[in-house]
Amino acid sequence: MNRDTDKGKILIARSLFLGAVQLFLLFLLVFRLYYLQVYQADKYKTLADENRISTRLLVPPRGIIYDRHENMLAENRQNFQVLIVAEQTPNIDKTLEAFKKIMPLTEDEEKKIRKDLKRNRGFVPIKIKDNLRWEDLTKIMLNMPYLPGIVIDEGLSRYYPFDNIFAHVIGYVAAVSGDVDTKKDPLLEVPGFKVGKSGVEKMFDKDLRGIAGNQKLEVNAIGRVMKEIESVEGISGKRIDLSLDLRLQKEAYDLLGEESGAIVMMKVDTGEILSFASAPAFDPNLFSSGLTSQDWIELRDNEKKPLLNKAVSGQYSPGSTFKMLVGLTALKHGVSTRKTKSFCSGKMTLGNHTFHCWKDAGHGYVDMEQALQHSCDIYFYEAAQKLGVDKIAETAKEFGLGFRTNVGIENEKSGFIPTTEWKMKRFGEQWQQGESIISGIGQGYILTTPIQLATMISRIANGGYEVKPTFEKLDKNSKIEFRKLDVSQYGLDIVKKGMYDVINTQGGTAYSARFDFNGKKMAGKTGTTQVRRISMKERQSGVLKQEDLPWKYRNHALFVGYAPHDNPKYGVAVLIEHGKSGTAAAYLGGKILRKALELDATDQPID
Amino acid sequence: MYKSYETSFRGHRLSFGEKFWGISFSYVLLICILASVGIVMLYSAANGNWHPWALAQLIRFGLGFGAMLVMAFVDIRIFLRFSYWIYFIVLGLLFIVEVAGYVGMGAQRWINLGFMKLQPSELMKIALVMALAKYFNSITLQRIESIKGIILPLAMVLMPVGLVLMQPDLGTALMLLFTAGAMFFAVGVQLWKFGLVITGMIVSLPIAWQFLHTYQKNRVLTFLDPERDPLGTGYHIIQSKIALGSGGVFGKGFLNGTQSHLNFLPEKHTDFIFTMLSEEFGLIGAIFVIFINFLIIAYSYVFALRSTSYYGKLLAIGLTTSYFLYVIINIAMVLGLLPVVGVPLPLISYGGTVILSVMTGFGIILAVNTNRNINIGKD
Repeated sequence: MNRDTDKGKILIARSLFLGAVQLFLLFLLVFRLYYLQVYQADKYKTLADENRISTRLLVPPRGIIYDRHENMLAENRQNFQVLIVAEQTPNIDKTLEAFKKIMPLTEDEEKKIRKDLKRNRGFVPIKIKDNLRWEDLTKIMLNMPYLPGIVIDEGLSRYYPFDNIFAHVIGYVAAVSGDVDTKKDPLLEVPGFKVGKSGVEKMFDKDLRGIAGNQKLEVNAIGRVMKEIESVEGISGKRIDLSLDLRLQKEAYDLLGEESGAIVMMKVDTGEILSFASAPAFDPNLFSSGLTSQDWIELRDNEKKPLLNKAVSGQYSPGSTFKMLVGLTALKHGVSTRKTKSFCSGKMTLGNHTFHCWKDAGHGYVDMEQALQHSCDIYFYEAAQKLGVDKIAETAKEFGLGFRTNVGIENEKSGFIPTTEWKMKRFGEQWQQGESIISGIGQGYILTTPIQLATMISRIANGGYEVKPTFEKLDKNSKIEFRKLDVSQYGLDIVKKGMYDVINTQGGTAYSARFDFNGKKMAGKTGTTQVRRISMKERQSGVLKQEDLPWKYRNHALFVGYAPHDNPKYGVAVLIEHGKSGTAAAYLGGKILRKALELDATDQPID
Repeated sequence: MYKSYETSFRGHRLSFGEKFWGISFSYVLLICILASVGIVMLYSAANGNWHPWALAQLIRFGLGFGAMLVMAFVDIRIFLRFSYWIYFIVLGLLFIVEVAGYVGMGAQRWINLGFMKLQPSELMKIALVMALAKYFNSITLQRIESIKGIILPLAMVLMPVGLVLMQPDLGTALMLLFTAGAMFFAVGVQLWKFGLVITGMIVSLPIAWQFLHTYQKNRVLTFLDPERDPLGTGYHIIQSKIALGSGGVFGKGFLNGTQSHLNFLPEKHTDFIFTMLSEEFGLIGAIFVIFINFLIIAYSYVFALRSTSYYGKLLAIGLTTSYFLYVIINIAMVLGLLPVVGVPLPLISYGGTVILSVMTGFGIILAVNTNRNINIGKD
């Protein structure tokens, strides 16, 4: 009995202890709850928001690019794409089959679609086709009842209404490639976002891009969007007004036609570039919508190099277009005066080397103006021989040769102006007098780009001011002060008279390119440069005619000019690769200068 | 309330009225409050719908409530008489489900009753308590303290535990073990024996580890380091903590739990319902639920200690401990204090068998209270 009482007592005592332990454990839970929900609440609130809020960037419309008269050169067009949402169709295969009857898909396209479908959850729209044409769009719209799961999405894509014409100025946009630092702008991380890859699109890319908007969405655990929490619109990209004139750009592009070459035209007082063409070109629309490999191979392997921007990246001997600078140097250093004459017999010798004038019969006695008019080589050989290359180089640099113009287009080349010091450094050899002589006619080491030549001629035309080329449209009323170059009015008058005679006086090398528009004429200088050496033997047996040579051995044709001759406004440089003779280039130069003068006479002048 | 003159009545039978008025209405009210919280949370779990859980839960609670009332009216001597019978019947069911299921159609833990699926392992939680209470009631303290005396009850525990482990249902097996352990402790088994067993378990842990299923091993490892596998098993516990913590003091509001409604929180209607509650009603809601549970457990202890019979006391203590284990394991699990072992929060989590077994348990506790002055012998 006693033991029975003990048994009961133990049960009560131990039960009370058990109860106390349980109470304590429950209290521990409260303590833990306090720790999580009060002490660590902020941390977990942040984590919960990270879970549920998905921030998406809203891509702002890219800035529009205009010419100087507000013609759109690059715009954003509605782009329709077809998407498929797997969970909205009872049978994906059936929908795809039905779709293929309306719009065929290539095997690759279908493979990609099926891969994307497998990789993503059912509510994720998968792209089927991009850049739909109107007729396809309407066909799909009509068949929507038979295409469950098919969705049409509308976006913006870059469009260049003038196709090839502005290819090398405006450039194009394409998807961000790997080497770009995406930290600088969150937009760069948006899938499918496109950035300027060349030309103005690249130059002003940051302005054109705009500022990304933000959309905060609530998503569930599998990523489905439940609702929009907040949406902040982005800021559209800035509009860009270019100095280009659509009409002159078209003219330049048309003039080049099938040729391979470049035309750069600018206002001699402001440097505003009015036309900037490099031919052949490409269709930038192909790049922004995605180039096929076929197209790419064709562009890459084309002999005339459509992808090369010849206006800034092509380097050519200036040939006779360089003679004005030699003349100016000679006048400056007193080697020649207006009246100084040289005798051209068709060749001159130095030691046992013979230097030929382009005219075997020779020009007889010529002064500088005549030498320019007829492009006599002997006159400038002699001048260069007396001056030496360094003095010529000084003038050339003063007129913008040998340096990048930094106009903003990528891959610009600096050209080259040699000096005695350079040759010593580069080759460890003395400069040869013969090298000075051929420099006198813009041959030898000298290299220039068409945009440099346009700058050079504008500086001559504007009376010797250091004008710089630019693509930005300048305010009409703002006056830009350019540095006065170290050149005399006397010298400029002489070379300008020579250049006037080239075009407008019988016997000038480009007399056939002359025009007279209400008394306004042009002045200029041709250049013809050999791309192959003419051997002694060939000279004796008779030089082959240009027409008989294969295209790639024909001479390059160059022309620099300005108009009107008495009050220059426009300067132009023309290059035709293997264009046979400078006269051909002068012909194009004349056309475009005349066009500019004609436009100024209409109710919408160039300004 | 306490009527001392009744204590000597050995063969007294309580009338229906006595039994009815003997039911603790405050206890029943607490149970109803908790069940209501559960239904409200299930309504929220379905994004504000009665379907598919809240209504079904309400019906099951109704059934459970009926079972509780029936139990409350049973004479405690009937329980005593049939304790072993009940134990062996449930053990048989467990065996059938285990062996038949294993041999036959793959692992099946339940018997289909048509309107609900009955898990014998759930019933075992009650049956085992009844059998142990009957056994310890029948022997002397001397025998309890002897080695021989605990061999039989140990066998009674280990048989169902073994069967449940084979299912494999680690959570239920542990609950059976802990419930039995608590009862062994309460009746006076010496502490050194517990020490011996615990030491033995720790020593054999590496061996037992070999027998665990990979998913069980993962659960334990993930519990020790949830970041080990943030997208797999660790995902549950990480998301649960985020839901809890982000609820803060006042919660995000009814139907506004982002973690739960956006499906970041898994199993929100079953094992992780307490997390959802804490997300929507905050620390205040969570403490409220813990406090109601505390009151239910405290009441149960009072009923146990008020009973004049050894059997009644032990029966109530065993059942209360079993209920307590549900609560503590589930909540500790979602708070990241225990591995995710798959134990629901009774009355709140969605699930039929648990409600039925827990409500039956409450019914028996109520019966213990009603019959507190019935003097019963050792047989």
